[in-house]
Amino acid sequence: MSDEAHTLPSGYPNPLPRPKGELERLEAVWAPPTGIRILTAVNNTYIGLFYVGAALLFFVLAGILALLMRVQLAVPGNDFISQGTYNQLFTMHGTVMMFLFAVPVVEAIGILLLPQMQAARDLPFPRLGAFAFWTYLIGGLFFFGSLFFGLAPDGGWFMYPPLTSTEYSPAENADFWLVGIGFIEISAIAGAIEIIVGILRTRAPGMTLDKLPIFAWSMLVFAGMIVFAFPAVILATFLLELERAFAWPFFIPEFGGDPLLWQHLFWFFGHPEVYIIFLPAAGMVSMIVPTMCGVPLVGYRLIVVALVATGFFSFGLWVHHMFATGIPSLSLAFFSAASMAVAVPSGIQVFAWIATIASGRLRFTVPSLFILGFLAIFVIGGLTGVMVALVPFDWQAHDTFFIVAHLHYVLFGGMVFPLFAAIYYWVPAVGRKPLSERLGRWSFWLMFVGFNVTFFPMHILGLMGMPRRVYTYPENLGWDGINLLSTLGAFMIATGVLVCLIDLARNFRFTPSENAGNVWQAGTLDWLPTDVYGNRSIPIVTSREPLRDDPKLSKDVEAGRYFLPGTATGKRETLITSAIDALPQAILQVPGPSWRSFFAAVFTAAFFLLLTVKLVWPAIACGIAALVAMIAWLWQTDPGRNHAPVDIGGGIKVPVYLTGPASHSWWAMVVLLLVAASMFIALVFSYLYLWTVSPDVWPATTGEHLPAAHWPFISAAALLLASLAVALSGRMLAAGAKIGPWPLRAGLAAASAVLAVGWLLDLCGVWQTGLRPDDSSYAALVYTFIVIEGLLVASAIVMALFTIARSIAGLLTPIRRVTFDNTMLLWHYAVAQGLIGLLIVHGFPRIAG
Amino acid sequence: METLQSTMHPAGTDAAAIAQLSWVLFVGGGLVFAVVMGLTAIASLGAERRRRFLSERKFIVIAGAILPAIVLTALLVYGLTLTGTRIAIAEADALRIEVTGEQWWWRVRYPDSGGDIITANEIRIPADRPIELTLLSADVIHSFWVPNLAGKIDMIPGTVNRLTLRATQPGEYRGQCAEFCGGPHALMAFHVVALEPAAFDIWLAAQREPAASPETALQQEGADLFVASGCGGCHSIRGTAAIGTIGPDLTHVGGRLTIAAATLPADAASFARWIRDNQYIKPNNLMPPFGTLSDDELAALGAYLEHLK
Repeated sequence: MSDEAHTLPSGYPNPLPRPKGELERLEAVWAPPTGIRILTAVNNTYIGLFYVGAALLFFVLAGILALLMRVQLAVPGNDFISQGTYNQLFTMHGTVMMFLFAVPVVEAIGILLLPQMQAARDLPFPRLGAFAFWTYLIGGLFFFGSLFFGLAPDGGWFMYPPLTSTEYSPAENADFWLVGIGFIEISAIAGAIEIIVGILRTRAPGMTLDKLPIFAWSMLVFAGMIVFAFPAVILATFLLELERAFAWPFFIPEFGGDPLLWQHLFWFFGHPEVYIIFLPAAGMVSMIVPTMCGVPLVGYRLIVVALVATGFFSFGLWVHHMFATGIPSLSLAFFSAASMAVAVPSGIQVFAWIATIASGRLRFTVPSLFILGFLAIFVIGGLTGVMVALVPFDWQAHDTFFIVAHLHYVLFGGMVFPLFAAIYYWVPAVGRKPLSERLGRWSFWLMFVGFNVTFFPMHILGLMGMPRRVYTYPENLGWDGINLLSTLGAFMIATGVLVCLIDLARNFRFTPSENAGNVWQAGTLDWLPTDVYGNRSIPIVTSREPLRDDPKLSKDVEAGRYFLPGTATGKRETLITSAIDALPQAILQVPGPSWRSFFAAVFTAAFFLLLTVKLVWPAIACGIAALVAMIAWLWQTDPGRNHAPVDIGGGIKVPVYLTGPASHSWWAMVVLLLVAASMFIALVFSYLYLWTVSPDVWPATTGEHLPAAHWPFISAAALLLASLAVALSGRMLAAGAKIGPWPLRAGLAAASAVLAVGWLLDLCGVWQTGLRPDDSSYAALVYTFIVIEGLLVASAIVMALFTIARSIAGLLTPIRRVTFDNTMLLWHYAVAQGLIGLLIVHGFPRIAG
Repeated sequence: METLQSTMHPAGTDAAAIAQLSWVLFVGGGLVFAVVMGLTAIASLGAERRRRFLSERKFIVIAGAILPAIVLTALLVYGLTLTGTRIAIAEADALRIEVTGEQWWWRVRYPDSGGDIITANEIRIPADRPIELTLLSADVIHSFWVPNLAGKIDMIPGTVNRLTLRATQPGEYRGQCAEFCGGPHALMAFHVVALEPAAFDIWLAAQREPAASPETALQQEGADLFVASGCGGCHSIRGTAAIGTIGPDLTHVGGRLTIAAATLPADAASFARWIRDNQYIKPNNLMPPFGTLSDDELAALGAYLEHLK
């Protein structure tokens, strides 16, 4: 076992000529599946491309919804679309654009391009990426399809209760949002974990963090933000669904709930969401500008600091969506200040791009046009953003068309324009030829002019008092002409998008092996020659723009002079490198095409969708099928040390299997636990928040009895004992042949039993006091702690049983132990969260009195 | 005469202060935009000599961090001083009015005015006197907004929000619900009518009176139909048997500018239309349509309601 990093050789790691058959073997293991088996593809190039395509499909669909709305608003008192349909349209437009287009498309581009930028052959968890994609596509299509049955959500993309609670939205429309979006977010989190581990552990040797392409930096911040932001809204949707399905009153004031709790949780996610969308787009701009100017990026470090600072600040601004809710002025001041502070990092980036343009000579290509358009629009969006960060101004502008204008300047300008720049820029990296410069210019000018014609007048509409989300307006308020103009502009944008789609249809021909190549003379690794296997060999990186600094690099990489020019173990492989210095540590055997992850995705999607329409039994059947498919999929992971250490060239020999903290799997598990922890923190916040709002439903006022102190103490003791049993099982695993496998299996089984008992005791202790979850918001929260802990406990036990099964099948040894390590991590986390939960549920009411 | 519903035509002290802030922001923002675009133009088209300074790190730090930090801090201080004015405790001579947002109309109460005056969709106030509004919700979240007078504030179930405003001159100011509240949210508007103080007192005194009695046979027929059709189950007309509280109080409905939350004028024809076609005029509103009433009956009801000045 060695996880020590190696130093990099100064010359070429591998000699020429390469042995006969090496390239053929490499091609064979990476050969993409054909025919119907294309569904089983998991390689990042394929999944990334499918993903981008699906996200663009949702962009077009949500755009059509926008056009319908603009037709309705073109003239006052229009009856083109009914009120009910209009309310569904704007809810779906916002929801689909945010959840099914904006986040997925950047995640998709990350999956498509990050491995190329880092000269990795694939992402570390290709099947997870495939799973995330298929759940997203199937779930997204069904979600969108709800429109055709009049079942689409109609409570706004922000879904504020009580409008969305059972009393005011009894139909299933709201459930489509809660369940559909809830699980599409899970897919986004799966992608984020993959991206974090991919960026940190599969970079080309020598690509230290200060040589990481800015796009990868932005994706790292993006994925980190998803990890901390999405759990809040997942918890919120979970709570609201509990309220709708079982009358657990989190948001109902008569029972000690508060509608504002939803707003806090939603915007704690919703504001970072804006930057989650914008930062990767800014990252793309930072890649394209230097290429188009023929110079390195000016202010690389400043930009990295700006990206990280934006990510950090963005978690401190959520209340600026709530300035009009009547919250105390001290919070207003704090959040106003934070909202203005976040403008600074964006300013730094804007001026860094201007500085880069000034230091070179800008070529006016289609990507450049889209970026100049982006700059103009985004600066206006930023300036109006500063305006609405001022509380008094926001009191007037909030929930008016001024905000509609502002958010489109920020999101359409800040994200869609860079996205189109990116499409024109990177198509030659995956297609046989570049897109048309002529059609591209048409597309740009139509979109740019159309955008400003559509959205600039909306600022004025908002100031003239037109609120958002109105399906009609009277004629004597002076809004008519402006609305008509705006509608004309919308069709101009649509024409621009259509021109680009025509361009794609005419000129984009996907190819993994014969792409047009480095047509822009770019300097980053995404422009190395590629084939189905990615790069022929994995280069040593010594600068931020290796292709510019070493003109021979492409040729040498393609000739196989660098690391791992073939397949060393006869399987798909990529290099695992250390997180900071990017020194080679191991070969990772990455999984190939599989039906297992595909069916796991299909059945997972089916489970959630059937649940939404309350077909409970078919849903359970699909849930079981999903679980079976996942276990079958997981069974093939953790391959063990199936090959002797491999010589990748340059005298470097690396193992094919890592365990413990060096393993990529360990990193993914830790990130997953961060997700769980974020969700738990959101729950603790909800508990404390509702206590401050309505302490009168807490036991001190109601006089209800808490469970006697021995209940939580026995429960805590059981949890600790379970953790101890797993720790001891780990020792027994390490002892291996000396004591045989049975002590380990018995240890895990005992730990599972004790953990289950510890959890059940807590449930019984609370239940026997007579407290029921629908009594009050307090009671509902107490049971939510128990339910969430229960989900963790159940997962930990399933993983323990899985580990025992692996042991019985002979797939668990002192060396081949990643399965056990992951179980152990989850296990200790479940116990830690359980203990904190006990402390809050049983301790807090006793202290707070 | 109704003033155009707009934040930039202020007729209230709060709105005026915010309009002034807005102009500062628009002019300042316009300048910043012009400068950034100018620099971008120089960077991409300018001569080598002019571009050199723009390509330095120093330029990024000054233009991207230091200048914005200074400008933003100044703006923040300016904004916070304005924030304070609305939060300040209401002045002693403020008139208290309670407004409750309901799907999809506004219930208005004058708690201090000797006799519990309840009206709907129209808030009459004396000009140039502070008004302290207590804002409540009966169902979902609404938002109270009269752009010409002040910024908006939400009406949240379980929460009591307050807003102090002052109309600087008499006039009719349109307001509208600004938080999406489902169904016909778009048709949930109202008017604030600021009157000369003397005119306001006369109006208030009239509101204390019970409803006017029918004077013509047609009006009498309408009054009888009102009772017979069960309208009193939801609506109150003080001085009659109608004591319902679910819908708007109609005691003086004929004297209002509009009905159905500023959807129709308050005249006999509109009353008739509304009673029969309200689900077409304002889909999903909570009043059932009375399609069985004949045109003559509707005309009688319209005449009666219009008479309730």
